[in-house]
Amino acid sequence: MALNIMQLATMFADKNPGITSGHRLCPGCAAPNVAKFALMTAQSLGYTPVVGLATGCLEVSTTIFPFTAWNVPYIHNAFENVAATVSGVETAFRALSKKGRLVDPEKKYAFFAFGGDGGTYDIGLQSLSGAVERGHKFIYIVYDNEGYMNTGNQRSGATPPGSQTTTQPVGKKLPGKIQLKKNIVEIMAGHENVYVATVSTSEPMDFFKKIEKALQFDGPSFIAAFSPCVRFWRVNDDKAVDISKLAIETGYWPLYEVERGVYRITKKVKELKPVVEFIKAQGRFRDLLKRPDAQEIIDELQEYVNRRWERLQILEEATKDKPIR
Amino acid sequence: MPEVKNRQAVTGAQAIANAMRQINPDVVAAYPITPQTPVVEYFAQYVADGAVDTEMIPVESEHSAMSAVVGAAAAGARAMTATAANGLALMHEIVYIAASSRLPIVMPVANRALSGPINIHCDHSDAMAERDSGWIQLWAENAQEAYDLTLIALRLGEHEDVRLPVMVNFDGFIISHGVEVVDFLDDEVVKKFVGEPKVKYPLLDVDNPVTYGPLDLYDYYFEHKRQQIEAMKHVKRVFKEVAEEFEKISGRKYDVLDKYMVDDAEYIMIALGSTAGTIKYTVDLLREQGHKVGLVKPWIFRPFPKKELQEILNGRKAVVVLDRSASFGAEAPLYEAVKSALFNVENKPLIGSYVYGLGGRDIKVEHIKQAFEDAFVGNLNPDEERYLGLRE
Repeated sequence: MALNIMQLATMFADKNPGITSGHRLCPGCAAPNVAKFALMTAQSLGYTPVVGLATGCLEVSTTIFPFTAWNVPYIHNAFENVAATVSGVETAFRALSKKGRLVDPEKKYAFFAFGGDGGTYDIGLQSLSGAVERGHKFIYIVYDNEGYMNTGNQRSGATPPGSQTTTQPVGKKLPGKIQLKKNIVEIMAGHENVYVATVSTSEPMDFFKKIEKALQFDGPSFIAAFSPCVRFWRVNDDKAVDISKLAIETGYWPLYEVERGVYRITKKVKELKPVVEFIKAQGRFRDLLKRPDAQEIIDELQEYVNRRWERLQILEEATKDKPIR
Repeated sequence: MPEVKNRQAVTGAQAIANAMRQINPDVVAAYPITPQTPVVEYFAQYVADGAVDTEMIPVESEHSAMSAVVGAAAAGARAMTATAANGLALMHEIVYIAASSRLPIVMPVANRALSGPINIHCDHSDAMAERDSGWIQLWAENAQEAYDLTLIALRLGEHEDVRLPVMVNFDGFIISHGVEVVDFLDDEVVKKFVGEPKVKYPLLDVDNPVTYGPLDLYDYYFEHKRQQIEAMKHVKRVFKEVAEEFEKISGRKYDVLDKYMVDDAEYIMIALGSTAGTIKYTVDLLREQGHKVGLVKPWIFRPFPKKELQEILNGRKAVVVLDRSASFGAEAPLYEAVKSALFNVENKPLIGSYVYGLGGRDIKVEHIKQAFEDAFVGNLNPDEERYLGLRE
């Protein structure tokens, strides 16, 4: 079964591929579309998704008892353990399959775990690393909105330098967060026998293809989805896609994949736009821009983005046709 | 009395691992921690040798062990784990979630002192920290009971009227590593006793999708907690039913309380776990000297056997409660519960609290005698906590 764009477009319009409308996420939030893109791809390829969620925006806003926005099997356990929880579900699937106790053994099951950047880069990293190391066949998707947005914009390991947050605010003395965003993609690519990719809802075909690849990959997959939070990135609620495009065009969020150690850039940007365009487009950097040391911080980020982009191209060339296993 | 066919000298850890082999759970997720480690090691060997067809998840922490068994049990699998001390403390958050999700997970706990300072030996501080988590707590005196209660726990937790997880407590090192004679049941007998798992709302029934772990706010949360409280009320009745069935296949009798020489006893000691064995021995010695003493050992600590204790303690001269954990700034947990149970009895006995054995400190016959002798002369103060085997 191959990806059929017309079928996917119809599914998207149906509003019902796994996650339904009626949830209480903010208008313009990218997270539900991240879930929707993944689940509709799985369903269009004949898979039956089973979903786990880490505590976070996508979880609290979709399952306020007695309502649920999920019309597929769904489990939320806690904040830091969605990977371990889904590893238990996936293992139960194998055990029941072996013992002939599955309700519907004919179906093709696909196990998904969704977590925000807080539940992935920070508190859930151990659980995620353990589950991937053990080789469970599941797809972990981080919807990365670069902070603890569910609880009102606190700093995470995914927050970029200079972004206004409530726990590392830009103040009179301190410039807010000075550390770069943790490179979660490289951390996950450092595990063995794993498929890792970055995606963005502004590039749907690239997104669908990577989910397809993850579904077909014989092992765990990790997908990092750029997921603007219109509320705390201080942009209009119709801007999630525009900001995502800018992130890709500036090289801030390069679209690439690493399959068993083989790097491939899936969206080649001929000439990167300056990162400052991405920064200036969002209110969360407004306070940074007012500071005298703003240029210093932006330059450092620009330098990092340039070097990373260069490095990715070198890695793509060096690892071509040389899977590590 | 059924015939004993398989009597072996084993450690408590081996006995529990053998119970797990006979149960043949669908999923076991576990992380090694002293003194639970041999349970995981023996079981892993069964998996490696194909003696069970369990899928084992060698997780990277106890937090993930409990998380994974929650996922597996919700999916529709019979799931088990085991732990001790700091491992149980690391699971703590998910221990509550397992109970509130009404997942009948069975977890043997090799009771060990909770750090700090770090100590690997027996006390009950680990299990006591989980006493309000919504888990059923069973307590074993020896390897035989650890084996038997693990089998009983499975049936109890999965019962339609209960649907709660069960902790089987067995004293670290004393039971886990001590070698004792254990009578094992035949594999086929156990298989029949545990039966097929009774699954409710499995996640993997994809045509009937369910949402596990929703956000439950002030408009429903309280009612859900009330349901958990209600489920606990059924535990003692169901335990008795299951124990009766177990007696038929094993000849071994279990109840809410283990009562030793209590019929005419004027002085009753109450304790959990392996120390009960030493107390039974001391009771025999004191009986030879003409003292009317006895022991009550709760096999179930959660739900707390309040009614049963009220019935048995009413009218006695004195009750001595031994706790293997402290509650800093309050009364020790077992004592506090017993004392509270006695509030409404007609003829209140004199009562005293003794804390002993923290961090694996040995408890000896002389210590138990000392506590009984305090009772004989009426030297008990209900508001005073005393310590056995401690250098002051």
